[in-house]
Amino acid sequence: MKDKDREKFPELVDGKAVIDLDSQKFLKVWQGPQHPGVTGNISLEVTLSGDEVVDLKTHVGYLHRGFEKLMERRKYLQCFTIVCRICVPEPDTNEYVFAAATEQLAGITIPEKAKWLRTLTLEMARLASFLMWIGGQAGALGMGTIAQWTVAQRDYILDLFEELTGGRVYHMYIVPGGVRGDIPDGFIEHVEKVMKGVEKVLYDVDIALLNNAIFKMRAKGLGYISKDMVDEYGIVGPNARAAGLARDIRKNSPYLIYDQLDFKVITGTKSDALERTFIRFQEMVQCVSLIRQIINKMPKNGDYHTRIPNPLHWKIPAGETYVRAEASRGEYGYYMLSDGTEYPRRVQVRGPSYTHAIAVLEKLAIGTNLADLAALMVSLHTCPPEIER
Amino acid sequence: MNDILKRLSERFPVSNIVHQRENMVFVTLQKINSIPCISYLKEFEGFTHLVMLAAVDFIEDGIFQLTYILHNYKLHTDIGIRVKIEREHPVMESIHTLWAQARTYQQELKEMFGIDFPGSPGIDEPFLLEGWQNIPPMRKDFDTLKYSQETFFPRPGRKSYDPQKYMKQKLYPDKEPE
Amino acid sequence: MKKDNRLLPNNDVPDVERDYFCDAYPEPVKPFQGFIEKFLNWARANSLWILGFGTGCGAIELRPLMTARFDMFRYGMAPRPTPRQSCVFVIGGYASIKTLKRIVRSYEQIQAPKFVLALGSCTINGGMYFDSYNTINRIDHYIPVDVYVTGCMPRPEALIAGLRKLQELIKQGKAEKANEYIKNFEWYKANQKKVIKDWNMPDYNW
Repeated sequence: MKDKDREKFPELVDGKAVIDLDSQKFLKVWQGPQHPGVTGNISLEVTLSGDEVVDLKTHVGYLHRGFEKLMERRKYLQCFTIVCRICVPEPDTNEYVFAAATEQLAGITIPEKAKWLRTLTLEMARLASFLMWIGGQAGALGMGTIAQWTVAQRDYILDLFEELTGGRVYHMYIVPGGVRGDIPDGFIEHVEKVMKGVEKVLYDVDIALLNNAIFKMRAKGLGYISKDMVDEYGIVGPNARAAGLARDIRKNSPYLIYDQLDFKVITGTKSDALERTFIRFQEMVQCVSLIRQIINKMPKNGDYHTRIPNPLHWKIPAGETYVRAEASRGEYGYYMLSDGTEYPRRVQVRGPSYTHAIAVLEKLAIGTNLADLAALMVSLHTCPPEIER
Repeated sequence: MNDILKRLSERFPVSNIVHQRENMVFVTLQKINSIPCISYLKEFEGFTHLVMLAAVDFIEDGIFQLTYILHNYKLHTDIGIRVKIEREHPVMESIHTLWAQARTYQQELKEMFGIDFPGSPGIDEPFLLEGWQNIPPMRKDFDTLKYSQETFFPRPGRKSYDPQKYMKQKLYPDKEPE
Repeated sequence: MKKDNRLLPNNDVPDVERDYFCDAYPEPVKPFQGFIEKFLNWARANSLWILGFGTGCGAIELRPLMTARFDMFRYGMAPRPTPRQSCVFVIGGYASIKTLKRIVRSYEQIQAPKFVLALGSCTINGGMYFDSYNTINRIDHYIPVDVYVTGCMPRPEALIAGLRKLQELIKQGKAEKANEYIKNFEWYKANQKKVIKDWNMPDYNW
């Protein structure tokens, strides 16, 4: 991918290229807000020398709605309706982390069955997010059929969500105190049927994508993340696991009922785009197995919601906390500070793409081909709505 | 965790220690000691992961509170460091030399709160807002509803009910409103 | 019809770029009469090509439309990457100020006849972001809208129902909002410039 003859490329000083725009050897190109693999809008201002990127600057802010300011104007229970819209492909992680932070500050414990239902929802959301992602990764390298298969199968998971919660995309199911409703009759059989369909699609994707010679050639060596970059840039999730570090919040600091489930942390060695695809694929298979374990081990009877005070008069005691969860992209966290009134004082959302899509991308893109830039961005699993809330 | 706190309080004057969870502690430090303390935690105690840098506006006390949250991957514990800086001319030292990702957080705080971190790369460039000519929007004295009603054209006919007053009126229609 | 010889002021374009942009005033396109217009309307309605710019939340339900389950290709609709090749602009949900500038630019670059479909309740009255300092409340004060589809989000079937309604409107000859935009050009431009403070584009993006 890189030329052996480096004379015509600018020299690198401290990792940044020395560029003289007036010398007519460089071209500035704007890769605009729409990207077919990324669920959101982000712009890249690319400086090219021939076909190779020498400098990159990201521009975010197309989806900024000012969530943190809006949440200060709404009571705690009114907040949870807008919280799920922070991340579009995987809204349940937001709901869970907000509910967990509120419960921690208020000192509420939730019943056992609610924990199992929450875990089921989280795992289904992870699977749906991964299915959307792999379509984007394949499409960015030219293979459009994979997206048709996986997005169609993801639709059946959205049907399951509709049966459970009432909404396809935004569920508002996980509330402070438990969940909003119990599983309906016949739900377990539907889940099993959909999991069989997902396994079939994953088998097809394995043949068509992971054994594809072109994909392997283009994604090899793309966006190499070294081990010391991981802590300096705050890289989390499958990106860090591909670099060789076994970090998974579900194993390290277990929340909900993950300590009763049987799964391994999947790591890799080579840490390029190809390895990240392999790891996410194996995590998809792991999600299917986890969902099957959950529906087999879930208790049949039990409360799904605990008594909380009157939500219109609910005052949370003063304090601050930080709660995290493992989303499909990495560590998702909320910092919440309350001052004893009915309105939250400050809620700050930390999405995994906050560090991945800005600082890491600007470092990794130097030296890649322009044609592979979109694939690099998708292989870090960029999701712009959570960068700018 | 307790021996980490012991070593920390021997070296730096920490105050207001709150054990939020089994493996999460919040401490308060003065502005002048905070960056050396964070460097000490990063280099010697293994808190290598900067989780986030948040700012809270306490307008009634005239301060901003900056919260640095660090995570230790070997012991799986978090520590949150609270630093109070003044609200009139908020300036804080930058930590972009410790963590390269910190420059994004600092750029956003400059735009949203007005807190300056001199030396941070790209600190003055607009990050989320384009063509913004008002005060930094996350401050408490910025009224977002008033701004939205004046600048954008709200569709007439929207009624807002305070849920408390509405339910009181419905359940007890004979009582006098307070 | 008397030819309009006015020129656009284009005050906000930097001087070095002034001769890159066309400064002719936009004119409404007069439709044909009778049988020819009916035939053209039928052709337009059955080949709606959508601009693939997912502006907000609503874009998440645009992708399942292209799969085999909901299948918008059977109606002749296809997603296109550039405004020059498309005729429908689907505004998916809220529009922040930064995105509104790009929406206006893309909308004016689409060549007539063009139609706009607004999804979700955020386009109607601001939705749940009605008090946000960065999202606009009514999209029809900035660009003209032909069909609204309510919901949060609308299902793909609702999107298809909205597109079918647009097809009916086109066949009846009632989808002429692009001409209304040009007739009320001053009003729309004043609204846009009130909100978009760093205008560095020409006044009409030909």
